[in-house]
Amino acid sequence: MFILIIRRVLLGLLTLLLVSGIVFVTVEALPGDPCTAYLGRMAQGQRLENCRQNFDLDTPALTRYISWAIGTLHGDFGISLKRNKSISSIVIPRLRNTLLLGFAASVIGIPISILLGIVAGLWRDRPVDLWVSSTAIFAMTIPEFVSATLLILIFSIWLGWFPGIVTTRPDAPLFEFLSDILLPIIVLALVMAAHILRMVRTSVIDVMASDYVEMARLKGVPYWRMVFRHVLPNALLPTINLVALTIGWLLGGVVVIEVVFNYPGLGRLMVDAVSDRDLAMVQIIALILAAIYVTLNLLADLLVLFANPRLRTMRTQVRP
Amino acid sequence: MTSAITNKTTGPRNIFFVLLTTLKGMASRPSGVVGLVLVAFHIVLAITSPAIVPYDFKEMTVQKILKAPSAEHWFGTDVLGRDVLTRTMLGGQQALFVTSIAAVIAVTWGGLLGVLLGLVGGRFDDLLMRVVDAFLAIPWILFLLLIIAMVGTGSIVLIPTLAFFYGIPVIRIVRAATHDVVARDFVTAARARGESRSTLVRRELFPNILDVLLVEGAMRWSWMLLSFSSLSFLGFGVTPPTADWGLMISDSRAFMSIAPWTALAPITALSSLIIGLNLSADALAKTLGVDRAQKAPV
Repeated sequence: MFILIIRRVLLGLLTLLLVSGIVFVTVEALPGDPCTAYLGRMAQGQRLENCRQNFDLDTPALTRYISWAIGTLHGDFGISLKRNKSISSIVIPRLRNTLLLGFAASVIGIPISILLGIVAGLWRDRPVDLWVSSTAIFAMTIPEFVSATLLILIFSIWLGWFPGIVTTRPDAPLFEFLSDILLPIIVLALVMAAHILRMVRTSVIDVMASDYVEMARLKGVPYWRMVFRHVLPNALLPTINLVALTIGWLLGGVVVIEVVFNYPGLGRLMVDAVSDRDLAMVQIIALILAAIYVTLNLLADLLVLFANPRLRTMRTQVRP
Repeated sequence: MTSAITNKTTGPRNIFFVLLTTLKGMASRPSGVVGLVLVAFHIVLAITSPAIVPYDFKEMTVQKILKAPSAEHWFGTDVLGRDVLTRTMLGGQQALFVTSIAAVIAVTWGGLLGVLLGLVGGRFDDLLMRVVDAFLAIPWILFLLLIIAMVGTGSIVLIPTLAFFYGIPVIRIVRAATHDVVARDFVTAARARGESRSTLVRRELFPNILDVLLVEGAMRWSWMLLSFSSLSFLGFGVTPPTADWGLMISDSRAFMSIAPWTALAPITALSSLIIGLNLSADALAKTLGVDRAQKAPV
C-alpha cells in the first residue's frame, strides 16, 4: 500500500517533469526565440542583441532550462517582456480568480451531475432519462463559447437576470466577484455536469445488470436499500477518476469561458499573453494549469486507492 | 491460399467496398442519417458557396449597418454592413478545409507509429508511451496557444499543429488495437505459414484495425473542428476579413443586445455541423462495433 502511494506520487512528479520539458522544448525547437517573437518585425540588429542578452538567450539551452525550472519551483517565474513586471505578481491574483471559478463550478456541478446521472441510470430509457441524456449530449457537443454566448443572450440580454460580462478588477477582494460570477459558473458547471452525468449513468446501468445486484434482488432486498447498499458504492467508485479528469479538462475550457465573460483569470491572461507574444508568461501559465491537472489526477488515484480495497495489494494492482 | 482460421480479409474486399458497406450501415440508423445529411450538406455548401452566395463577403455598406433580417438580407447585416447570410455560408470553409486535412494526417501518423510501437514493444515502446502520457496530461489548448504565441497562426501553422496533437491519442489506441490483433489466432497462423512481416501488416493487421482508424478519424475530426472554432473565436484562427463562424460569433458579441441575428446565424451553422459530425461518428462506431465510450478523454 505504502509503496503503491510512493510509486504513484513519483509517477506524478515524473509526468510533471516531462511536461515542463515539453513546454520548454517546444519553444526551443520551433523557429525563433522569445525575443524574435516579441519584437516581431523590429527583431534585428542592436535591439535583438540587447533583448537576447537581457534574457541570457546566448547561454546553452540546458543551463537555461535548469535555472528556469529551479526558479519556477521557488515561485520566481521570471519577468514579463511586455509588462516589464515580475510574472508572479501578475499571475498569482489571476490564479486565485481561476481557482475560485473552478471551485465554485465544481461544488455546484459535481453533486448535481452525480444525482442526475443516478436518476438517469435508475430510470433508464424513461422520459426522465431521455431528457437528461439528450440535454447532456447537446451540452457536451456544442463548443463552450457557443453555449456561453447563447446563455448570455438568454439570461443577461433577454431576461436581464445576470450581468453578461465581469467588470471587476483582477485583484479585487473575493466577495466582489460573487455577483458577477454566476453565469460563468453556470456554463462551466453545465459542461462539466454533462460529462460526469453520462459516465455515472453508464456506470449505474452496468452495476444494475451485474450478478450481485441480481442476487440482492432475488433474495428480496428492498429496492432503495439495494440501490444504496449494493449499487451506488460500486457505481460511483470509477467516477472519482472521471471527476478529476473532467475538472482538469475544465482548465482547457476555462480559457475560452474566461474570454467570453471577460473574467480576469489565468485563461484570459494566457490569451492576452499569446496576443502580445509574451512567451515567458505563456510558458508559466501552461505549466501552472498542467500542474493543477496532474495534481488532480494524482489525488483522484490516491482517493480511489483508499476507497477501493481491491487495488491495495501489489498483486492485483491495475493502473487506472 | 486462405488459412483455415479466417479473418476479415477473406474475399475480394477493397477499401472502397468497405467504405460503401459502412456508409450503408450508418444510413440504416436514424441518428446516422441525420448526421450524414448534416455533414454532407455542410461539405456541399462549403464547396459550392463561393459560386452561389448572394453578396460579396467583404463588401461593406455604411447605410446597412446592423439591419434586421429582411427579404433583401435574409439573415440581416453585421456591424460593418456585410451580409450575414453570405458570411455564414462561407464561414465553414476554412474550418472544414483545415480540420479535414489535419484529421487525415493525424490518423495516418498516429496510426503508423501506433502499429510500429505495438509490433516492436520493448524499451523503445515504454519510453515513447511515457512521453505520450505526458502529452495527454495537458489540455490541448495550452500547447496550441504556446505554439501560436511562438510562430503565429494561419492554416500553414494550424494544420501540422492540430495534426500533431490529435495524432498523439491515436498512437495509444492503435497500439492497443495492434496488441489485440497480433495475439489472435489468424496472425499466428499467417506467421506459421511463413508470411513476411510486410505481408502480415498489410494483409492481416491493417484490415483488422481499419475500423478503429475510421472511428478515430471521425472523432478526431469533430474534436478538431471544436478546437479550430474555439481558436478562431479567441482570434487565433483565421485573419479578418475572412468569414469564419468562430470569429463571427466573437465579433457579434458586442452587438448581441441590438442585433442577435449576427450571433445566431453562425451559432446555428457551427452547431449543426458539429452535431452532424458527432452523430456520424457515433453511428460509424456502432456500425463497426468499435466501443467509443472507452476513448472519451482528450
